[in-house]
Amino acid sequence: MESCNCIEPQWPPDDLLMKYQYISDFFIALAYFSIPLELIYFVKKSAVFPYRWVLVQFGAFIVLCGATHLINLWTFTVHSRTVASVMTTAKVLTAAVSCITALMLVHIIPDLLSVKTRELFLKNKAAELDREMGLIRTQEETGRHVRMLTHEIRSTLDRHTILKTTLVELGRTLALEECALWMPTRTGLELQLSYTLRQQNPVGYTVPIHHPVINQVFSSNRAVKISPNCPVARLRPAGKYMPGEVVAVRVPLLHLSNFHINDWPELSTKRYALMVLMLPSDSARQWHVHELELVEVVADQVAVALSHAAILEESMRARDLLMEQNVALDLARREAETAIRARNDFLAVMNHEMRTPMHAIIALSSLLQETELTPEQRLMVETILKSSNLLATLINDVLDLSGLEDGSLQLDLGTFNLYAVFREVLNLIKPIASVKKLHVSLTLAPDLPEYAIGDEKRLMQTILNIVGNAVKFSKEGSISITAFVAKLDTLRDSKAPEFLPVLSDNHFYLRVQVKDSGSGINPLDIPKLFTKFAQNQSTGTRNSGGSGLGLAICKRFVNLMEGHIWIESEGLGKGCTAILIVKLGMAERVNESKLPYMPKMPTNHGQTAIAGLKVLVMDENGVSRMVTKGLLLHLGCDVTMVGSSDECLRLVSHEHKVVFMDICVPGIDSYGITIRIHEKFTKRHERPLLVALTGNTDKVKKENCMRAGMDGLILKPVSLDKMRSVLTDLLEHRVFFEAI
Amino acid sequence: MEVGQMQRRLVDYTKSLFMEGFLDAQFLQLQQLQDESNPDFVVEVVSLFFDDSEKLLNDLTMALDQPNVDFKKVDAHVHQLKGSSSSIGAQRVKNACIAFRSFCEEQNIDATLRCLQQVKQEYYLVKNKLETMLRLEQQIVAAGGSIPMIELGF
Repeated sequence: MESCNCIEPQWPPDDLLMKYQYISDFFIALAYFSIPLELIYFVKKSAVFPYRWVLVQFGAFIVLCGATHLINLWTFTVHSRTVASVMTTAKVLTAAVSCITALMLVHIIPDLLSVKTRELFLKNKAAELDREMGLIRTQEETGRHVRMLTHEIRSTLDRHTILKTTLVELGRTLALEECALWMPTRTGLELQLSYTLRQQNPVGYTVPIHHPVINQVFSSNRAVKISPNCPVARLRPAGKYMPGEVVAVRVPLLHLSNFHINDWPELSTKRYALMVLMLPSDSARQWHVHELELVEVVADQVAVALSHAAILEESMRARDLLMEQNVALDLARREAETAIRARNDFLAVMNHEMRTPMHAIIALSSLLQETELTPEQRLMVETILKSSNLLATLINDVLDLSGLEDGSLQLDLGTFNLYAVFREVLNLIKPIASVKKLHVSLTLAPDLPEYAIGDEKRLMQTILNIVGNAVKFSKEGSISITAFVAKLDTLRDSKAPEFLPVLSDNHFYLRVQVKDSGSGINPLDIPKLFTKFAQNQSTGTRNSGGSGLGLAICKRFVNLMEGHIWIESEGLGKGCTAILIVKLGMAERVNESKLPYMPKMPTNHGQTAIAGLKVLVMDENGVSRMVTKGLLLHLGCDVTMVGSSDECLRLVSHEHKVVFMDICVPGIDSYGITIRIHEKFTKRHERPLLVALTGNTDKVKKENCMRAGMDGLILKPVSLDKMRSVLTDLLEHRVFFEAI
Repeated sequence: MEVGQMQRRLVDYTKSLFMEGFLDAQFLQLQQLQDESNPDFVVEVVSLFFDDSEKLLNDLTMALDQPNVDFKKVDAHVHQLKGSSSSIGAQRVKNACIAFRSFCEEQNIDATLRCLQQVKQEYYLVKNKLETMLRLEQQIVAAGGSIPMIELGF
């Protein structure tokens, strides 16, 4: 035997078992070597493997095991000691690594397991989220349906369209078999089938409103499932199979007056309509919560839409009514305007036409009075004069009243002697009163001021009218006139609630009472007295020839004077008292020399102004120039004559106060001269007054004169008196345009 | 003849002039303007009127004689005449002038010639009347009387 260092295996290598062992070892080694390779390969591929160093360890462990088994292959045959030692090293290493690995795995495997549980947990969570997503999606879909429904419902304001659309859309969205709307009848005791989805013409089924099911539905604002056998749900012919579930919901019918936002949920005494929805029969479908919610929301929307429709209808109706009224009013206004215009035109014409002849008659009669007349003739002329004066007064009254009504009348305020007014009235009335044997007494309070500021003429007219009435309607007895300053307590009269006197330092209220013992007036007739043209027909003793205007005019005047007038009477036969309160201004202590403050100037004042007045007359026509010059010379003016515009411009100076120009001559540019004179004298007080003198003219010429800057216009022929008064007026007011 | 008679004759004569329309109220105005400071006012105005009118009538005749009548100038003359006659109160002359002017506007030569004749006629008539009246006045003044004021009621 050779003494080699070989180790013999225990078993012979040709043993079958040994062969199988050999092959298994080989394959184990192969597997052990390929596993790490696979591991490395796949880990490299994946990105998320956290335990790399475990892999390394594992790899080492496996490689070593593989190595061990590989080396083991050599130990089946005779092998040297080196092989044995290598084998031993490998085994030792393998043992070490595997122990370490085993130890490591104790830590690692729980981790790996927990990963698994986490995975399971996440999967569950994912499933849950999926479910929730499904729910949300459903809800969102519902919301979309609602919005779409609402949009459909609200896209119209017509009640029928709204309701029909609701039913149609609901039917579509929820795939209903039948959908119906029951409205309360007028009496409120029954519900009537108004709209259905499938049945085209709902016959007027009615159902009494006080059914327990219906009450249940009305009392809650949720959609309520009701039995298909309920009277409101029996709309279809009884099917062979199971009828689908039915849901009913209330629809509040809101009225305008019910819009109290604060108690919105507490709609107590409200009327409701009932909406009934039926799922298809034989479908085993159930009402889901989100569907019920949908129904409730829709019901609310319908309620609102219906109310809007109702409001709109109402406002459209109101607007149409207003438009009609507007048209009618417009027409009435136009008619009234036409009437007023016609009346004004008439008055304007009659004003002039009536006054002119009257003035002629009066003037000539008074002139006639001045001449020599026989006593009979004198009497006749006086009668003519008196009658025409009366007529003139009447005409003036009528025209005044119309002027008053237009509001165009204004008071002529001035300082006057109040005592004198009363004395004058007394003087005027005394003759008539003495004829009728009436006693007239006048009492003026001591604190009544002597002078006052107001419209003297109209005040006298008013007082005269009242006193005249008193005299007229008294057959016997006495008339007493009292005048005093009204104190505050006497001012307020219960009969005149709108008369609010205001006391101030500059004014006082004059109160005049005229008491007569005549036939009196029925208290019921008193309001009519002040209406114009309304005569008191009841008493036959009234043979007044008056037109009934007097008191109406007095009332108007008194109103203008911010006062009040009324009549008191205790009845027929008991006389009556007329009371008049007017507001007058306080005048300072005036002495006679101050009186010329009054607007009308005494005539000698005018005369002195004209005398010596330097004037310039421009007229191309020699004759008419001479006539005008003669006229002015007679009045005492200092006249300069010129025959052309150049001469006029040359000679005019600031000493000339007035320049008379004849403007109707063609060839003389009077407007040009006017403008040049304006340029020459820039200061107003230096410039002479420019007056156009012309024989024929029209409104256009007059306007042209005014526009060119002329201060006056006089029509030829000019009489002496006219020239005198024109000059006076001109010098005082610095402007005089004759009325064309 | 004595003054009173002459005065009565003057008054009647003057009244007739007014009645027949030769004179109008404007003439009365002229008479009113005559006073101590201006004793011959009426005579002066009337004389001026005569002179002015003679000249104007001559101009008118010449203007209308032209082959190409300048109606503007004619109108201007007539306007002057109208102004003078109305200033003095010669009513009929004034009216004739008014008619004359309207035809001038129409530029109707035949009508204007006729109008000119009319105006001349009226003018000579009134001139005659006024001269008679003034002569009467002079006689009264020469006899020592005063000229009575005419008062007319229209």
